[in-house]
Amino acid sequence: MATGTPTPARRRSWRTLPVVRQVRQSIGLQRGMLVAGLVLTAVFVLAAVFAPLLAPYEFGQLRDGDGPFGAQQSPSADHLLGTTVGGYDVLSRVIWGTRTALFVIVVAVLLSIVAGVLLGLVSGYFGGWLDRVLVVVCDAVYAFPALLLAIVVAIVISGGQSSLVGGVLAAAISITVVFIPQYFRVVRAETVRIKSEAFVESARVIGASNWRIMVRHVLRNATRTLPLILTLNASEAILTLAGLGFLGFGIQPTAAAEWGYDLKQSLSDVTSGIWWTSIFPGVAIVLTVLGLTLVGESLNDLADPRLRSRRAVGAVPPPAGTVEPGGAVVATDEVVA
Amino acid sequence: MTTTTTELTESSPADGAPAPGARPRKRSGGGGLGSYLLIRFLLIFPTIFILVTTVFFLMRSTGDPITAALGGRLPADQLAERIREAGYDRPLIAQYLSYLGDVLRGDFGTTLSDRRPVTQVLTTFGAATFELAVYALIVAFVVGIPLGMAAAYFRDKAPDAVLRVFAILCYATPVFFAGLLLKLVFAVWLDWLPVAGRASTGAEIQLQTLDHPTNIYLVDALQTGDGEIISDVLKHAVLPAVALGLLTAGIFLRLVRTNVIGTLGAGYVEAARSRGVGESRLLRKHAYRPALIPIITVIGLQIAVLLGGAVLTETTFEWKGLGFQLAQYLTARDFVAVQGIVAMLAVIVAVTNFIVDVIAALIDPRVRY
Repeated sequence: MATGTPTPARRRSWRTLPVVRQVRQSIGLQRGMLVAGLVLTAVFVLAAVFAPLLAPYEFGQLRDGDGPFGAQQSPSADHLLGTTVGGYDVLSRVIWGTRTALFVIVVAVLLSIVAGVLLGLVSGYFGGWLDRVLVVVCDAVYAFPALLLAIVVAIVISGGQSSLVGGVLAAAISITVVFIPQYFRVVRAETVRIKSEAFVESARVIGASNWRIMVRHVLRNATRTLPLILTLNASEAILTLAGLGFLGFGIQPTAAAEWGYDLKQSLSDVTSGIWWTSIFPGVAIVLTVLGLTLVGESLNDLADPRLRSRRAVGAVPPPAGTVEPGGAVVATDEVVA
Repeated sequence: MTTTTTELTESSPADGAPAPGARPRKRSGGGGLGSYLLIRFLLIFPTIFILVTTVFFLMRSTGDPITAALGGRLPADQLAERIREAGYDRPLIAQYLSYLGDVLRGDFGTTLSDRRPVTQVLTTFGAATFELAVYALIVAFVVGIPLGMAAAYFRDKAPDAVLRVFAILCYATPVFFAGLLLKLVFAVWLDWLPVAGRASTGAEIQLQTLDHPTNIYLVDALQTGDGEIISDVLKHAVLPAVALGLLTAGIFLRLVRTNVIGTLGAGYVEAARSRGVGESRLLRKHAYRPALIPIITVIGLQIAVLLGGAVLTETTFEWKGLGFQLAQYLTARDFVAVQGIVAMLAVIVAVTNFIVDVIAALIDPRVRY
């Protein structure tokens, strides 16, 4: 995105940062969705970071100076969102739950990116029987219900019972196994495309090693679409974590707050009309996933010229290129649809 | 290019264009469809083999299932006896080979907790899950496709914004939370629909006494010909079907919207318009129809989503299907049953994906390459 005026390099730099660039590029409804998504995601991350300050009680706290909280208390001044069937404060567990979710997202996404990108790169670059085997394996895993696979991995890792670190890692690794094929497919496809480009050929001619070509020439160009998968996978990670928690593979309530576990506990409350134990953790999941999905989908649409909303004809057209003081025409890096 | 490119051309939609150096694809004149179907059919076997193998080694890496289920509850010598009886003391590779042999004969093991063959669990509870999945797909079609068309038609206007947020909400909401909400509003507060189960007790007893129960309750209820039972069964199905169906409806909505936007911008729609084709005919015949073909392909992937979602939906609504049963076995730590059900679902997913691909190939010649 060329800035219209001759700006110092550092001022131009923040405007070309991945997300900032897309916000500037978007208009109208699309910008609204992207910004709403960014705000929701920011609230989620801030809640996770400042949970100890925001939450009125600890996630595993059952009593304070005045004695036990009591089970299934309806919302009141002491417990703004009421208490659960186990006697925990709902508000505190919703806020602390952001930490668990964020932790699982970060671990799961990092692990699956590293493994998926590496496998995709090697598989696409070298080809051969290894490539064939990996493609068939990843296709098989990809087509299988993610939750069932996550259940199997959770059994393996934690035997179905979980401490804090064990439970979080179990959830994160189960999710990783499910996500590796997605990164693998994308990176492999890009690698196959890029490795036949002229610049890779040139690098090979001047004697660059395979490793150097893979990292410097192929990987750098193959990671274009990763931010999109990343946001969408982060939201899937939360849903998988909650699903595992709902089936009883969650983290024990004394180890950490986890929304899926709380929803499982509230299942019987609903029948007797107790709504506050299920609504709030559920809404927390929905808002977090909504935020991440809005960001991911907006980025996706903006990257696809067919779906990008365009400024109406007659509105100020974006300059096709701007003249720098030196007289050279600088083309915009915006893809013209 | 110094390396020979060996492209695997089957089955990976994410693949980019093949490298220019790659061997040109064989163009088999009239046999295109036949050879495509054959390759696609043969691919079922490695898929099943990989999943069954993966699940087997994953589950065994934690130790034997008998210790997992009964460890601590039985004295050590009895435990060892049970382990030896079941053959879990043999080398892993021997266990694996005999397991593969069993699976090839269609034997997926016997559950530890209630001593039932896993295949019998499937035949008893599979029908309920199938029934739920069909209802959910109906909800997804009825909600997702028309709304997707509307969103594309009103692209970037207010209705589009509302529909897109609705679509995202559909898959941002975990199915079990959607289920809880529906239960709370329609079953508890409004008291319009039953809270849980597949039928009320009275109706269920009548359905069990049928001569040839299919265990698909709607079919069984129609057999009785009793209007009250039919409406009872349908009432029980509404909330679970909506909870599970909305998930897929959101995906359909988004897909239809994207595709209709694509076809509306296509050259042949422009050409038809310039020929004077009326607007409604234009939408129906030229924009909507080709946009629906990708739905068929997506259904293949949705089957996996539906099965995963069914486990959660059935637990929420005590819908006694395969997913509900799986959750029960999980709680009982009966990992033989879990492994058996998961392996069997792998077979089902692979086979249904094949069927969906065949249908897609028959409808859309471009799929066959």
